[in-house]
Amino acid sequence: MKRAKDWMPGLLLTAPSLIALAVFVYGFIGWNFRISLTDWKALSPDFNFVGLKNYRDLLIDERFKIDIKNSLIFTVVFMVACLLLGLLLAILLDQKMKFEGLFRSVYLLPMAISFIVTGVVWRWLMNPATDDRISGINLLFTKVGLDPLVNQWHLTPNWGMAGIALPAVWQMAGYTMALFLAGIRSIPEEIREAARVDGASEWRIYRHVILPQLRPIALSAIVILGHISLKVFDLIIAIAGKQLALDVPAIYMWQTSFDAYNFGKGATLATYILFSVAIVIIPYLFFTMRQERKS
Amino acid sequence: MKSRKSKLFGAIAIAASIALTATGCSSDEGSNASGQVEVFSWWTGGGEEAGLNALVEVFNQEYPDVEFVNAAVAGGAGTNARAVLATRLQAGEAPDSFQGHAGAELMDYITAGQLEDLSFLYDEEGWRDVMPATLLPLITVDGKIYSVPVNIHRANVMWANPKVLADNGITMPGSWDEFFAAADKLKAAGVTPLALGEQWTQLHLFETVLLGVLGTDAYNGLWDGSTGWDSAEVKGALDTFKKVLTYTNSDAASLSWQDASKLVIDGKAAFNIMGDWAEGYFRVDNSLVEQEGYTWAPAPGTAGTFQFLSDSFTLPVGAKNRDAAIAWLKVAGSAAGQDAFNVKKGSIPARNDADKAIYPPYLQSAMDDWGSNKIAGSLTHGVTASNAWKAEIDTALGLFLQNKDVAKFQAALATAATNAGK
Repeated sequence: MKRAKDWMPGLLLTAPSLIALAVFVYGFIGWNFRISLTDWKALSPDFNFVGLKNYRDLLIDERFKIDIKNSLIFTVVFMVACLLLGLLLAILLDQKMKFEGLFRSVYLLPMAISFIVTGVVWRWLMNPATDDRISGINLLFTKVGLDPLVNQWHLTPNWGMAGIALPAVWQMAGYTMALFLAGIRSIPEEIREAARVDGASEWRIYRHVILPQLRPIALSAIVILGHISLKVFDLIIAIAGKQLALDVPAIYMWQTSFDAYNFGKGATLATYILFSVAIVIIPYLFFTMRQERKS
Repeated sequence: MKSRKSKLFGAIAIAASIALTATGCSSDEGSNASGQVEVFSWWTGGGEEAGLNALVEVFNQEYPDVEFVNAAVAGGAGTNARAVLATRLQAGEAPDSFQGHAGAELMDYITAGQLEDLSFLYDEEGWRDVMPATLLPLITVDGKIYSVPVNIHRANVMWANPKVLADNGITMPGSWDEFFAAADKLKAAGVTPLALGEQWTQLHLFETVLLGVLGTDAYNGLWDGSTGWDSAEVKGALDTFKKVLTYTNSDAASLSWQDASKLVIDGKAAFNIMGDWAEGYFRVDNSLVEQEGYTWAPAPGTAGTFQFLSDSFTLPVGAKNRDAAIAWLKVAGSAAGQDAFNVKKGSIPARNDADKAIYPPYLQSAMDDWGSNKIAGSLTHGVTASNAWKAEIDTALGLFLQNKDVAKFQAALATAATNAGK
């Protein structure tokens, strides 16, 4: 009885959110999985069980292959650029400069904007028109004599997704910077002092003292950026609309479910997206749980 | 304390009045419609919204007791609206009437048993006599009609800049071969021959090329299975389409249909193929005069054929205000309603007894053609293929735009037709 007194209030207080989570997150994941095993292809539900047929069909689906390729290009460009740029900005801001607070806010602010707004603005900036209709960044390039840099941005054949990743980097690099900066600041000044006393150059301090200690931060950043990039949808819709060259699984899922009313296949696509995110997140959860147990 | 009490009284008063109107509603069920009618559409801007408002005005005059509730969801060609609608229908929260492209696009709702048969309205209102005999079979399913068309748009129109044509000594091409000859001249002169926009406008171009190369009968046969998608004729059409694409602007994928039309207006491109809603964009939005700022002709190879699409209204099963919805449909199908709507929307009435004099010149010519031409349906705008089939064709087209592989494209189109049961 005494024990119940200890845990009952806590459980009661968290119960509403636990129940909501169970129903609206895990329940719906289960429901989605169930639908992915059917060939529901109409407006009214049809729970005709077809096993893993939808999953097998998608593996040989040409559009899905393009989606995976696009997703990978986007993820790699987005994550690498965000991490490098974020780290660089964090190190620069760490130099005890003037107006640090101002710069921090300036770099962090893009994160407050929704992807739709970012997409609309960058749609203009990355206007791929040429000759006398040239505009946006391409126009800037020609004005300052950097003509060779003029390019098709997101309409570049095969590599258009790298163009789409640019606005995403613009939006999230500041956030990555904030993560790294917090990490750098949490390293005791004494450690740096000790290194300086030992005669280490500033470069070597960053390379051998600070960077190794930022590893857990980098891991968190990878997980956060990774799940954003695997689920990206609104940014692409705002910049490019629905076109196959810039298709990703989330857009394919939307079109399959709501344009073609093929809910079975749509649910299968959703499950694949969930799997891909899980591949990123589950190892991270194991890692942090082990860390916590250690400490 | 006092303010809280008065708030409470206010709430009770509101609740009571809601209850009263609710009972008033149900007791009134009879010939006289009253209460509300919630109408769902994707007309939220420009001429479309103006047209809807004009139609509502006619409705309010005829049924002053019914309150019109506009449940429009923004998004071109209903791309967002359809997702919202699907959710509402599945939740049993159907609007009293919703907009849909007449034809195969409504099949999903019909097979799901979500639409009421409206044949009785056609009999009561005499619509069978005033709606063209060519149109009725295309919207009839197993002898039943499930929607009331309010307008007709033409898909196979080629728009052009008269000044660019004159400067380069060319005329409106009557066939794709004539187009290629003209296009080579234009290309040499540094003008983009054909302005093109994002992927759905490319699907639109694709269907007019199919119609132009195959001819009306073979084109119509694609949708009932009598023309094989794997045939040599279709391959010819695909080859033509591939060649047409080489005469378009390189940034097509980043342009809306208006952007593409604007290229023609600005003289940067000579031609553009788009449905005749573009006419309003030329005449109203850009204040151009016909034959000076813009001119038109049927898309190459499609003279004598009217490739149509039609917006229509339906009666969902389980509509909460069925009587008011029927009143709305009567107005939508009436001559007064259609004239009010179409002059603003920039389309022609589905009825053939409209007051022709009130329409601008382009629409008058479209009315003549609608009355005399052969009729074909539009794929992009929901007449000929179900949503699932159309989505598969759209994906095949998207892949083709990537790899430009005609054989693969044709195989994918044939598979799509097989999957659709044709």
